[in-house]
Amino acid sequence: MPLTFLLVLLVLTTVAFCCGHRRSHKVAAEIGGISKLHSRPTYYGSLAALWCALPAIVMYSIWLSFESSIVTNLVVNDLPESLRNLPVSELGLVINDIKNLVSGNIVAKIPNQTILAAAEHYRSLINISQAALAVTMLGFAISGIVVVLRSIKPELKARNQVEKVVKALLLISSSVAVFTTIGIVLSVLFEALRFFQQVPLTDFIFGLKWSPQTAIRADQVGSSGTFGAIPIFTGTLLIAAIAMSVAVPLGLMAAIYLSEYAHPKIRTIVKPLLEILAGIPTVVYGFFAALTVAPMVRGFGSSLGLDISSESALVAGLVMGVMIIPFISSLSDDVINAVPQALRDGSYGLGATKSETIRKVVIPAALPGIVSGILLAVSRAIGETMIVVMAAGLSANLTANPLQTVTTVTVQIVTLLVGDQEFESAKTLAAFALGLMLFIVTLGLNIIALQVVKKFREQYE
Amino acid sequence: MNKTPKKSLSTAEIVQSGLKKRYRAERRFRLFGVLAIVISLMFLVILFADILWKGAPAFRQTHIKIDVFFDPALIPLNNSDRADYRGLVKKNLRNLFPEVSGRRPKRELNKLISSGAAYELREMVVADPGLVGTTSELWLPADDAVDIFFKGYTEGDRFSERQRKWLKTLQDEGRLRKQFNVALFTNGDSRDPELAGILGALSGTIFTLLITVLISFPIGVATAIYLEEFAAKNRLTDFLEVNINNLAAVPSIIFGLLGLAVFINFFGLPRSAPVVGGLVLTLMTLPTIIIAGRAALKAVPPSIREAALGIGASKMQTIMHHVLPLAMPGMLTGTIIGMARALGETAPLLMIGMVAFIVDIPKTFTSPATALPVQIYLWADSPERAFAERTSAAIIVLLVFLIVMNATAVVLRKKFERRW
Repeated sequence: MPLTFLLVLLVLTTVAFCCGHRRSHKVAAEIGGISKLHSRPTYYGSLAALWCALPAIVMYSIWLSFESSIVTNLVVNDLPESLRNLPVSELGLVINDIKNLVSGNIVAKIPNQTILAAAEHYRSLINISQAALAVTMLGFAISGIVVVLRSIKPELKARNQVEKVVKALLLISSSVAVFTTIGIVLSVLFEALRFFQQVPLTDFIFGLKWSPQTAIRADQVGSSGTFGAIPIFTGTLLIAAIAMSVAVPLGLMAAIYLSEYAHPKIRTIVKPLLEILAGIPTVVYGFFAALTVAPMVRGFGSSLGLDISSESALVAGLVMGVMIIPFISSLSDDVINAVPQALRDGSYGLGATKSETIRKVVIPAALPGIVSGILLAVSRAIGETMIVVMAAGLSANLTANPLQTVTTVTVQIVTLLVGDQEFESAKTLAAFALGLMLFIVTLGLNIIALQVVKKFREQYE
Repeated sequence: MNKTPKKSLSTAEIVQSGLKKRYRAERRFRLFGVLAIVISLMFLVILFADILWKGAPAFRQTHIKIDVFFDPALIPLNNSDRADYRGLVKKNLRNLFPEVSGRRPKRELNKLISSGAAYELREMVVADPGLVGTTSELWLPADDAVDIFFKGYTEGDRFSERQRKWLKTLQDEGRLRKQFNVALFTNGDSRDPELAGILGALSGTIFTLLITVLISFPIGVATAIYLEEFAAKNRLTDFLEVNINNLAAVPSIIFGLLGLAVFINFFGLPRSAPVVGGLVLTLMTLPTIIIAGRAALKAVPPSIREAALGIGASKMQTIMHHVLPLAMPGMLTGTIIGMARALGETAPLLMIGMVAFIVDIPKTFTSPATALPVQIYLWADSPERAFAERTSAAIIVLLVFLIVMNATAVVLRKKFERRW
């Protein structure tokens, strides 16, 4: 359906453009050539096209965003009393059944008469709404064309108007980023606040026990759910620390070698190869960690007499570290290259060897950039999901032993939300609280990273 | 000073004495650098080798040759797509081993062949009803356990002695053969590894990425143009820039939470639909495209702008007619790289429910679907060995797509890169 709408609109817009174009030519012919017009004919055409398409599209999106909820409300109001007074969740099921019937999907149970009637009602309402929408859109589009066509005169400043509209569209586009941020903050914050109404904030941040199994039925025993997030935070930090202890030395040394020692030819080959590591999807790393590295590490451990869990923090951290190597190496590479040659020459002039120069002069000069790169890498390690989902465990152990299973914020978000649980439960909302923490921490790390660069960067002329 | 003349070392001598040590340190440091690179690249090689090693066998699938007699007694003529094809397969399989009797052995024998064989026969008969009553020699897919056995992974199989003997007979008679695994590319997901394919996930990915590219490219380019060409240097612009840079660093799973809360719970869009996945990935890739687009616009020299303005073009005309076309290759490169990232993204799609077990191949933007990386995640969780193989095969397909996309970006950059 939407596709037909858009196609029709597209055709109309094209027609509008042609009409505007031709009309301007006609107007111009009467007064002696298109050079007498204010703008070139294309702009008159574009103006007509814009007036045809824009109002209709705006109308269409407003309509669509409210259609479903209004129709559902109307249908629910017409349901018999007994159905309407069901609890929200069961009513939701009934509505789902109705919608499934309408779209021709399989329903959970054999529908009774009322549901069938409601589905019929729903269908008719949708049909009415669609018809009305079609008429309104056509009306808007055509009247837009007519208005513009009638206003085409030599002195109409079509170009200025078109450019104004285009500029406004550009501005609207660039506000999408802001709306995304607002959307993230609001959605995560709202759900998190609802969670904190059920579980006090202090329990969440300082609690030592995480066991999110809440009772599905009121009469269930023993699973009240405790939401102390400390074990999750420590698990996240443990895995991130392991990852960084792999990635920082390797990435930094690789960057130093590539920018200071390597022959340019080697550099042009090795650098893209390293970048490949960053381009591999994380789900591939997860698979690699879970099915190849974990058994390997486990076997190695047992040959040493160590008991390594098959979902140990070590494996997840190790593989995540590999993923982050190119991140650190390319960021450090940039800052090391930005250190002016004069500093190196000065150091050589005093008789320092190359490695001494690097350690005592280049690295200190590049340090703010490197630290900022490392902070960004930490933020990435904390937010990384698929590797830990596939290779780290679910049990929230409060331990610093990398051979044991720990869980992370992202793992918990995934397991809490991918499952059958009603949305209102503390268990689901806890995912949003964790998401809020994740967002705040990564945002904080990014801001600190930017500040580090801004504050401590040496300005070399 | 005036005490016993202690032999004082000259500066040069002090330096000389430490020189050996310093050179050793120098070599050590260099070695560390080489080691770091070698270790990193080794990881890369091991990763690729492991995936290829595990995944390559999945492209070939074991089939069993059976002489199928399309028994008219089992296939009613007027209703050929409802016949008992499973029975037909079983009966013809039993013809190979007429000595088998008893319930248990029969059931064990039937386990050798895939349940997909019956569908294949049905399709054949429906396409050509003339087959009924004839006998033809057909290669039918074997069960995944047979497949794994035939590929040489004999340890840990759960075959009985009898089954092993039958397999040996089949193998000796040349009735077992590996052929190209068509099902992998033409089927949707399945609980049976030998029937599971990536087509469903692949089309889900295509629908999702279509939405992503259709929305993110225009918005990204428009934002880049606005910020680079029109925006005044003020607080608002700074705020926009900081915003975009921060979005680029927000973990992808947070975008999934946004999609769940806003698109699904607030706007009521369907769960598991490519359209929601596409919207979420759009928001995720936008910063990449914007940043690349701005860099591309910045690279266009001011002389182009000045020349256009000088001959009377308006600012908008200058940008749309001259600057934008010159910046387009760079923008396209950025977009392709952003798409490649979106292609491999899994976590946000888990949040919006594109993680269901879906057999049907999605046909529209709103039908339930998964995506290729999500399929990999799902299969990786399955215990059967044959699924581990298929997971690697799916990864190979995913990596091929990624390599093609990135190579296109590189070629594009090389071809249109201009030094002004």
